[in-house]
Formats: sequence, C-alpha cells, structure tokens
Amino acid sequence: MLKILKYSFYDLIRSRWSYVYFCFYLLLGAVLLFLNNDLSKAVITLMNVIIVLVPLIGTIFGVMYYYNSKEFTELLLAQPLKRSSIFLGQYLGVAISLSMSLLLGLGIPFIAYGVFKSAAIWDFSLLLITGTFLTLIFTALAFIIALSNENKIKGFGYAILLWLFLAIIYDGLFLMSLILFENYPLDKLSLVGTMLNPIDLSRILILLKLDISALLGYTGAIFKKFFGTDFGLIISLSVLVIWVLLPILQIIKIAKKKDF
Amino acid sequence: MVDIQNLYKRFGGNQVLEGVDLTIKSSGIFAVLGPNGSGKTTLIKSILGMVTPDKGTISVLGENIKGNSAYRHKIDYLPQIANFPTNLKVKELIKMIKDLRGNTNEDERLIELFKLAPFLDKKLGNLSGGTKQKVNIVLTFMFDSPLIILDEPTTGLDPISLIRLKDLIQTEKAKGKTILITSHIMSFVEEISDEIVFILEGKIYFKGPVSELKTKTNQPNFEQAIASILIDNHA
Repeated sequence: MLKILKYSFYDLIRSRWSYVYFCFYLLLGAVLLFLNNDLSKAVITLMNVIIVLVPLIGTIFGVMYYYNSKEFTELLLAQPLKRSSIFLGQYLGVAISLSMSLLLGLGIPFIAYGVFKSAAIWDFSLLLITGTFLTLIFTALAFIIALSNENKIKGFGYAILLWLFLAIIYDGLFLMSLILFENYPLDKLSLVGTMLNPIDLSRILILLKLDISALLGYTGAIFKKFFGTDFGLIISLSVLVIWVLLPILQIIKIAKKKDF
Repeated sequence: MVDIQNLYKRFGGNQVLEGVDLTIKSSGIFAVLGPNGSGKTTLIKSILGMVTPDKGTISVLGENIKGNSAYRHKIDYLPQIANFPTNLKVKELIKMIKDLRGNTNEDERLIELFKLAPFLDKKLGNLSGGTKQKVNIVLTFMFDSPLIILDEPTTGLDPISLIRLKDLIQTEKAKGKTILITSHIMSFVEEISDEIVFILEGKIYFKGPVSELKTKTNQPNFEQAIASILIDNHA
C-alpha cells in the first residue's frame, strides 16, 4: 500500500491543480491577515471558507482522480497487489496531498504572522485539524461514489449532490425541523442532527472554541454545555474519526467485489 | 498451468460466460478467439482476478486464485488499452513497475529492441499510440513469468515492431512458457498459435490446433473456417 501511496502522492504533487489549491490558501491566509490584522477574526473568516470549500475540493478531486487513473488502476490490478492496498494507497495519496496543500497554504502565512506567540494558536490548530478531517472524509466519500459508478458524468453528479446536500440542504432541513417542532424539547435532536453531518460538526466545534456561542442563543447554550467540555470535544473528534473510518471500510468492501 | 471449471459470469442482464471449462496443461501459444462480445476479455480478466466469477473455480499453476493476489507474480499481462498516468515519464513508469514486482534487467534489452531509448525521458501523455503499445510490451515482457497473457498485442504496431513482437513471443515459447493471446488479426493468429480456443456465446466451442479446425469445418483456409463457424451459428 505504501508504494501505491507514494506514487499517487508524487503524481499529484506534480500536478498543476495541487499548486493552484496550495496557492489559493496561501493567498487567502495572507490577505485575511493583512485585512483583518487580527488572528482571531481571520480564523473565523477562514472557518467559513474552509467548512464549505474543503469538502467541495475533496469530493471533486477524489472523483476526478479516480476516473483519470482508471486504466492505470487496471494495470495495477494485474500486478501481484491486493485490491485493498491499491485503493487505499490511491485514496491516501489524494487525501494527504490535499491536506498538505491546506496545512502548508494556511500554515505559512499564519506562522509568518506569529501565530505561535498568540492566544489564537489553539483555535487555529483546531481549524487545521477539522480541515484535515473534512478532506479525509470527503475524499473517501468521493472514492465510494466513483467506485460505485462506471459513468463519469453520473459520478460527478452524485459527488456534487452529496456536497450540496451536506453543505447546504442539510442545514435548511435541520432548521425547518427545528421550527416545525419548536413546541417540543429539541436539545437532543439538534445535538444528534449536528453529529450526523461532518460539516456541521466541524463548524460547531470551531464556533464553540471561539467563544462566540452566545450568538447561537438558547441552542448555543446547550451546545456550549455539551461541546465546550473536554468530554464533548473528545466525543466530537471521535465522531469525526468514525466519519473517516466508515467510508474507508466501505471503499475496501466495494473494491473487493467490483469487476474491472 | 491454467484450469478453469464451470465458470459463469453475468454483467447486469447480460450472461457473458455460461459454464466455461478450459484446461491448459502444456506450454505453447494459445489464441483465444471469438466474435465481439463473446466473453474473451471477461475470461482473461477472470484468470487475472480482475473480474470475480459468479460461479466456478479457476486455478493457475495449481493455486486456486480466489482471494489470492500473490499468484499474479507468475503472470505477465499486456492490457488492451495502454493508458498510463500522463504525468509520469516512460523511465519512471518502468522503474515503478519494477519497484512493485521486483527487479529485472531485461528491460534494457527490450528498450533497445523496440528502439525506445529516445522516449525514456518523455511523458507518457505525449506518446503516440504505437509507442505507448511498445512501452506496454516492455512492461509485460521484462519479467520472467511462466504464464503470459496478451490482449490484442498487435494494436498500433508498425511492421518492424510486429516482427520483433512475433520473435519475442517465439523466444518466450521456446523457454517453455504458456502464452494466451487474443487478437482480431487472423493471419497473426494462424501464424503464431499452436492451439485455438474458440469462444461462442459464453462457452468453449472449439479447442485444438488450426489444422483440426479446418478439417472440422471443411474449409481450406483458417479465416474462412472461423467465418463458417460464425455463419453456421448466427444465420
């Protein structure tokens, strides 16, 4: 698996798109710091961008990479390699190179600005951690979609729909259900609802860390009570880990049965 | 060498293989023939483990291939379409496959044979179809495996390279290897193969030498013998 990972990774870091992605973050980080002149505010703005953009790039890149390397994958399948190592190697190659673009692209300007000496270092680290988690999660989901669909157009369609659903539609439905059932106690429901969507979970995690939960009203208070504690943080990070592991297991399962 | 028993495979509503039994014991060159969509590629991919059969067993060199990947060390496979990662250079791809399968020095001789030296530093995306096929051939023949599977090996090759390929196949045969070939070029098949395996509607219709096929169909030449099978079964 490590050999496949190595080659996928090298193949990707030499591709133009990895640089575009890296430079985008570099520029975004630098501009935000320059405009805001305040680390905490820059972190909040970045969060809003990352929460939406990272899943989108992860899904698109994952699907694109899979379809582009299809013939090559067939060449690998005829070699004495296990299927699981081929696909996990490719998946990790994509996910790690994307995470690197994110970590380096944002890390460099923030370090240059002096994030290590400021109090925002923990918020910033959490931002990068959730960003990495989202990359791992959505690249894995993209691989599942691509593996299950021979048709490229369908694959891309489903990938975009998945992103649209989790990034935007889910929140809408969630809000509507809260309004619809406002006469009932909703704390548990909203907690569970947040856990089920990795994007929402990441957003809430960062918001609470930033101590602006007062903006969220009563629900915010409940969230604060739950997520604000170490216990809540551990639970949320575990849920994110599960969100990574389940799709990976699914990739292995599909890859084992698939015909090429 | 290869032993296939009662092999069934269905893709969606399309039953491709319907109880294929095939035993290849000896070494030699075996051509897998059949009309389009008869299941040639599916059969080959089943032997390689790329397609998982619905029913039936396959063993290669005495090893059941189900859930196994190590047996592919004993197979060299030339895929039909050679689409390699466009970002890689030719020599990087060769190095990578060596890294995955084990070292060999045979590649230098093959690069010399097919005059690929000027292309080694070029990216695979910039190569012509024929040159890609030559790279494909180098990748396949650089390992010394007892079983060689070639899916449409002549695609895109110029006459000189074709002669070299034929020589190469004969040399490998002389070493006592088993070689499975699919091709649509009947003259190539007739010239090179010891035995024909003819697949029709998901079953083995005929297995034996070319001369036997001619007597069976009462046709003086090979191409017409094949055509007569198709006409008799589809008319």
